[in-house]
Amino acid sequence: MNCDKSFRRRWLSLFVENQTGVLARISGLLSGKAYNIHSLTVGETQDPTISRMTICLDADDKTYEQIKKQFNRSIEVIKVLDITDASIRSKEVMFIKIRDITDKDRAEIFQMATAFRFQIKDMDKSSVLIEAVRTEIKNDSILKVINERFKNIEVVRGGPVAIESISMQDR
Amino acid sequence: MARITGNEFLVKALREEGVEKIFAYPGACVVDIFDELYKTGSPQIILPRHEQGLIHAAEGYARSTGKPGVCLVTSGPGATNLITGIADANLDSVPLVCLTGQVATGLIGNDTFQEVDIVGITRNICKYTTMVRSRDDLNRLIKEAFHIATTGRPGPVLLDLPKDIMAELGSDVYPDKVNIRGYKPQVKVHDGQIGRTISMMYKAAKPLFLLGGGVKIAGAQADMKALLEQTGIPAVTTIMGRGSIPTDHELYFGNVGMHGNFAANNAVNGCDLLISIGTRFNDRITGKLGTFAPDAKIIHIDIDTASISKNVTVDVPVVGDAKAAIRKLLKEAGERGAVKCENWVKALAGFRDEKPLKQDTKDKLLPKQIIDAINSEFKEPIVTTDVGQNQMWTTQFFEIKGRGQLITSGGLGTMGYGLPAAIGAAIGNPGREVIAVCGDGGFQMNSQELATAAINRLPVIICILNNGYLGMVRQWQELFYEGEYAGTCLKRNAQCDSRGAGCAGCKGRSAECPEYVPDFMKLAEAYGAQGIRVEKADQIIDAFARAKAKKDGPTIIEFIIEDEELVYPMIRPGGAITDMITGPEDEDKRGGGISEL
Repeated sequence: MNCDKSFRRRWLSLFVENQTGVLARISGLLSGKAYNIHSLTVGETQDPTISRMTICLDADDKTYEQIKKQFNRSIEVIKVLDITDASIRSKEVMFIKIRDITDKDRAEIFQMATAFRFQIKDMDKSSVLIEAVRTEIKNDSILKVINERFKNIEVVRGGPVAIESISMQDR
Repeated sequence: MARITGNEFLVKALREEGVEKIFAYPGACVVDIFDELYKTGSPQIILPRHEQGLIHAAEGYARSTGKPGVCLVTSGPGATNLITGIADANLDSVPLVCLTGQVATGLIGNDTFQEVDIVGITRNICKYTTMVRSRDDLNRLIKEAFHIATTGRPGPVLLDLPKDIMAELGSDVYPDKVNIRGYKPQVKVHDGQIGRTISMMYKAAKPLFLLGGGVKIAGAQADMKALLEQTGIPAVTTIMGRGSIPTDHELYFGNVGMHGNFAANNAVNGCDLLISIGTRFNDRITGKLGTFAPDAKIIHIDIDTASISKNVTVDVPVVGDAKAAIRKLLKEAGERGAVKCENWVKALAGFRDEKPLKQDTKDKLLPKQIIDAINSEFKEPIVTTDVGQNQMWTTQFFEIKGRGQLITSGGLGTMGYGLPAAIGAAIGNPGREVIAVCGDGGFQMNSQELATAAINRLPVIICILNNGYLGMVRQWQELFYEGEYAGTCLKRNAQCDSRGAGCAGCKGRSAECPEYVPDFMKLAEAYGAQGIRVEKADQIIDAFARAKAKKDGPTIIEFIIEDEELVYPMIRPGGAITDMITGPEDEDKRGGGISEL
């Protein structure tokens, strides 16, 4: 779709007013200008009047610059932080419920948990609930493996949140 | 501190903001606010006949006075009827404060009578839109609404006012300060960027100013003229920027863009430095992006960072107020004198003489004759336009001098704009001459506002250029769609369809076509307006004289113009300057349809 060489994955941290309608404003701005986002997560910060959004999207340089300017222009946006090229810590919560499993399957899932570093959070005779708190890419791989191996699964993913690492200057 | 209702406070706040006129239409959810306006007597209520007319009048008022236009409408349909005007004001940077009634908070979400989510609907077409959710927030939000609408790049702000919140008691103190942490428009201009601009200006051999509406909004016309004369650099404008320097100035070469003239478009095409001020490089200006100003370095001065490098990638961005930037440039240029570009200016004058804007004599009236008469018969009029051919002819031929002003819907291209905008301008500028130039199509979109003009005794002169067509689209069909006039003939009637082939069966205008739809003279009479029909060129001056003599109400002058006159030159949408059709002689550039807007 996009041949521009600068087309790649981008990360934004948005500090916004914690008010009704702000999420709609931000997502509406993205869809209204035909920008595709990969994920958007939002939660309150230490200051209850401010929410922080993590937006992950694919764009070329020019479009991305425009997106940042549009966010900056929005009255409800307090600060736009581009963390694309910063050293960041990023995690996503993913739950997978696997049903119709045999005892042998269960043993295999426990082996997988060690190998892929996810946790078993709940289980009964024929099902298991997995919780994976990993990077989004890692979660993609975990899901792929489980999806190929088991027939009856149910997935929910939270979308990635990200924060800059503590910089060398702060250490 | 007294405790007063939200309704009382709103009216108090409007007075504190210096609002003299409020464009308002009542309804169930704002009847209490109207009651307060009734008791206090100010601001004065201007009652239009439709909320779309209301908001365009507020736009005309705002653009002609520089003060924010204030709208007050009821919930539901009152609010949704504002939408076109809000989008229009958003694109043309018009400061508006739109106050919409809303059902009581306890009823929101219930599909209550006349309930719509107007904040949700307007979120993408407003500078800022919000609902007042608590009486404690009301005072601050009104203050912020006026602040946001009028500062930075101006625009429309909407406040949704639930009926129960407005009835609650609360503080009567109008805040004197605003502090919005997410909104700090940059006004001051970066000295380094000005320095770079100056050094590029004086190195350029073929520099050019491209001036947009931002120069007028900033009130920088006088400084801009001085800068032009100081540097000797020629200028062109967008249609929104027309009038940012006097149109008869020797260094001014006209409008650029789709219907820009030969000299102006060639100036952009040939310049080696383009200094753009207060324009956002709309597609109607640039045409095909890769071919726009191909040899130029581009400097872009704009208060809106998001407008910089949005459509055209620029070499030097300068963020800030146009007036502040122009003044800084003027100061720097004052020490250096003129830029050496006399040959360039001569070349542009050559282009102007080679292909001036003209319309060839025909049997019927020509639009140019009408606009020329406006130029000769009125000293410093405020001219509003509708949208389409009438608009393009006005922007091409209307000469702006002194306080003269052109008010046109540039970004959204809203038909039905001309008459209500003229009404707003007349209300904001008593004693000034105000003229609306409309087509017969656009005029009918808000013709009900004749009542507003008549009742308020506004001497607005409405020039209807009547060709019986939706002329601009008909022009596209003639030039690019082999003359297939689908849905553009305003005289098409039941008989046409009885021939069985729809529009395709039409053999052109004939005695069978209805003569007047409607009869605008009767329409004028119905509203108590003066009506004058002009069919020949030698009647134009007399018609304007009679219109000027009527001081206590509107005049409609219906000009029966050449019905197939085109706007030349024209660059096809998405085309390059080499695609310019300068007249009927350029037959090879026709046809092919339009795939790009």
